[in-house]
Amino acid sequence: MATHKNERSFLQRWLPHPLLTIVLVVLWMLLLNSFTMGGLVMGLFLGIVIPIITSNFWPERPPIRAYGKALAFMLLVAWDVIVANIHVARLILFRRADQLHTRWVTVPLELDSPEAITVLAGTITMTPGTVSSDLSADGRSLLVHCLDAPDAEEAVMQMKSRYETRLKEIFQ
Amino acid sequence: MSFVLEFIVSLLIVLGGVFVLVGSVGLVKLPDLMTRLHAPTKATTLGLGGVLLGSMLFFLGAEGELSIHEVLITLFLFITAPVSAHFIAKAWLHRHPEHKGELSPTGRRYGWSTYDPGPGDQVGEGRRDAVRRS
Repeated sequence: MATHKNERSFLQRWLPHPLLTIVLVVLWMLLLNSFTMGGLVMGLFLGIVIPIITSNFWPERPPIRAYGKALAFMLLVAWDVIVANIHVARLILFRRADQLHTRWVTVPLELDSPEAITVLAGTITMTPGTVSSDLSADGRSLLVHCLDAPDAEEAVMQMKSRYETRLKEIFQ
Repeated sequence: MSFVLEFIVSLLIVLGGVFVLVGSVGLVKLPDLMTRLHAPTKATTLGLGGVLLGSMLFFLGAEGELSIHEVLITLFLFITAPVSAHFIAKAWLHRHPEHKGELSPTGRRYGWSTYDPGPGDQVGEGRRDAVRRS
């Protein structure tokens, strides 16, 4: 890595993650909830300093290919979260605990970037009756706990077709 | 603030409160940690969402300005909730190696990362201990 560091240009050294800088400045302005010049200067300072300090932790840029599809994916997940809430609330209130078909399922992964797998695992946790619990030691399959899945095959197929195919288009 | 807006805000807050309550009921009712984990990660997201949406509408109606803090709270919740749920699940797996046999197989040459070393892993003292216990 040492030789790689020397080859970095001026811009790459002082602005290692331009997108992160923008996100941090916008986030800081939103946290202030009102626009002031002093706030903007502070936001810019944080937006420049934090990526430089933390750039050793993530040398690569996030490999997002299609931002439009990413936005559509977020809306889909938001909708699924609402459906998941109602579904799980009904299970909790109206189903006896010993009648739940609780089981572990394995989701084989086609994604290979760590960012994409993290987003997929997070999405699975936030949506209908599933919590992602572990990753296989080689990082190629995901252990998911289902609160109520009468059919394991179908649950896996749904996760793969609904989320993984979309994430593959966004990240690869 | 008009009656209609007031009605919508109170409806959102009550709805949010109901979902948070259901999440808590789930914590009491469900039998073990892994099923209980489902209640707070889901039933509360819509609960908190409802309250936050109500708060946004209230400030929009009462003071006529858009409050963005609620969007940030939602964002941070969506980032932290799955990560902490994953940590709790992994901690449970570590504490209960007797449940290892119940997990579905990985379908790969390697086992689950909580219990088994992966390709190129040095099997250290702690790992070897975990493998021996299971």
